[in-house]
Amino acid sequence: MLNIEQFDIDNPVNQFLRKDRLPHIWCPGCGIGTTVNCFARALLETDTDLRKTAIVSGIGCTGRVAGYMKLDSFHTTHGRPIPFATGLKLANPELKVIVYSGDGDLLAIGGNHFIHAARRNIDILVVLVNNFTYGMTGGQVGPTTPIGAVQTTMPFGNFEAPFNIPYLADSCGAVYVARWTAYHVKQLAKAMKEALAKKGFSLIEVLAPCPTLYSRRNRLGDGIDQMKYYKEKSVVKHGVDTKETNLSFQGEIVVGKFVDRERSTFLDNMNEHYQKVFGEKYKPYGVRHEQERD
Amino acid sequence: MKADKKGVLTGIHFLDGDHACCEGALAAGCRFVAGYPTPPSTEVVERFASRIPLVGGIFIQMEDEIASSIAIQGAVWAGAKAMTVTSGPGLSLMMEHIGLAAITECPIVIVDVQRAGPSTGLPTMPAQGDMMQAKWGSHGDYEVIALSPNSPQECFDLAIDAFNLAEQYRVPVLFMMDECVGHMTERVVIPEPEEINITERKWTKKTPEEFLPFQPGEDMIPEMIKAGDGYAIHVTGLTHNEKGYPLMTPAAQEKLVKRLIDKIKLNADKIVRYEEDSVDGAEVVVVSYGITSRVTLPAIEKARKEGVKVGHLRLIVAWPFPEKRISELAGKIKAFVVPEINYGQMVLEVERCAGGKAGVHLVPHGGGTVHNPDVIYKKIMEAARC
Repeated sequence: MLNIEQFDIDNPVNQFLRKDRLPHIWCPGCGIGTTVNCFARALLETDTDLRKTAIVSGIGCTGRVAGYMKLDSFHTTHGRPIPFATGLKLANPELKVIVYSGDGDLLAIGGNHFIHAARRNIDILVVLVNNFTYGMTGGQVGPTTPIGAVQTTMPFGNFEAPFNIPYLADSCGAVYVARWTAYHVKQLAKAMKEALAKKGFSLIEVLAPCPTLYSRRNRLGDGIDQMKYYKEKSVVKHGVDTKETNLSFQGEIVVGKFVDRERSTFLDNMNEHYQKVFGEKYKPYGVRHEQERD
Repeated sequence: MKADKKGVLTGIHFLDGDHACCEGALAAGCRFVAGYPTPPSTEVVERFASRIPLVGGIFIQMEDEIASSIAIQGAVWAGAKAMTVTSGPGLSLMMEHIGLAAITECPIVIVDVQRAGPSTGLPTMPAQGDMMQAKWGSHGDYEVIALSPNSPQECFDLAIDAFNLAEQYRVPVLFMMDECVGHMTERVVIPEPEEINITERKWTKKTPEEFLPFQPGEDMIPEMIKAGDGYAIHVTGLTHNEKGYPLMTPAAQEKLVKRLIDKIKLNADKIVRYEEDSVDGAEVVVVSYGITSRVTLPAIEKARKEGVKVGHLRLIVAWPFPEKRISELAGKIKAFVVPEINYGQMVLEVERCAGGKAGVHLVPHGGGTVHNPDVIYKKIMEAARC
């Protein structure tokens, strides 16, 4: 029998993973690992200097992503990866900063930070894995749970309206907004690569199955069944008005790139403004001067 | 290392405590402040916002104190010296991130200009009601350092010490001002940059291959790197091993938490700081801090005129508490009198350390103003007669 270890081959994404931390904690059929694979593929193709790339997560299943990436990685507090990333980015603007976290972390407890970072146009990429539930804590209702879905704290079905994430990000000023699913691995990796090259607050929502809690409680089968749902019900609508990207329980999923625009960032605005106010006395912040280059 | 002259406003100034605190932070090398407006602390960030563009750095007014208290930790991991500034309700919101800074050993400074609570309480009138919260507010076991200035000059001087201590011990340092100290205006002398000693971050010289981000040195403190140095480190609020990887076992917990405690407890003699006046041979010793240490002076004078031998011990470092000194004094004196603008916080420490060897008399005050010195005087006389 052939043994893979006989061959001197390594998966090219392995270089981005902390292999000494594997196996990971995610359940069989969970989509988070798939998104990480896409992210590693995007890193493989990006021009970004990985020594200058940092990843920040909050708490929860997706909050564990930072810990598996061989980058400067920060596993912070629940809901707060965005303000941590804001400090990291502003104190060293040379860093490329990615926030990788879940729907509950970024939009419930961290919702305030999400909208303000987008408003200020902090130059970070946010990858938001949306599995419609709080996985780590046992499957409670979250801010993206579709109406009708059963959750441990909505035992008779959810009656709260969920966020339309692309619309929220768009209306707060994000420069890049896309949605894909764990089924769309090629498109997702491409979107991640594209968003890594953007300057400004960029948001990629990724739908990912949670077979252990969300699917099981709603009798939706296993991970494969959710992937089939993503495959069958996804409709690519690039550039569609984000008001039309609402999700419903097992309904149509609008995917694609919805927003791709330019907007000056917090630091651009700060530097431009202070140059106007102080003239030559002001030394632009975060801009390396020739003599300082090593 | 000496102070970077860009941040040092050398000269003789007439400043309030809030502004002096800001100048101390700038002199200490603080180049990143994230804050949310909470009186009576707003003057600190307002001054920082107006000074920082030409010094070079960032002020960002965040959406709340929760965000502020973690944005500064991101800034620290990017290499900056950073602080946030708040008062009562804002400090309550920052508790979780004091815990994060404690477990990730992130050197930050949190300025709390205390006002009367609970809740919205009495904005913006004085109190000293956050002293126990500063020590115990976040869940779990950890240690912090807390300083308590009693004048604008000390707001400047101790702000520098706050940053230096944060770097030396890699702990959150709480700068416990109060409304009176924050808003009183006095002469503040800012020395030349060469006269200001700065503790540099404990940067590692190890290579990425040999470096373990949470391996303590002999002083129990690990070395640091900053994001972007090519070390690909992992930092987590979970219990972790020396590599920084989550390790959730009772053994790992014991090892980590014990060190977080020990690095302050076992160095307490070096950190503890207080000022004494006529303590030797005293019958009664007043223990005070912040504005109350000044309000208490006329009371002490008056009691001395009545022939009572009164000493005064002023806490400059509130946490760690000067356990040894209080315990030592307890064996020699009749009683401690502890005036504070709360219903009994630091007095509990005095009681604990006195261990029944001396009487301990609280002079409580609900806040909103300072004590009437006569009330303190009466308590001193009562304590002397006991």
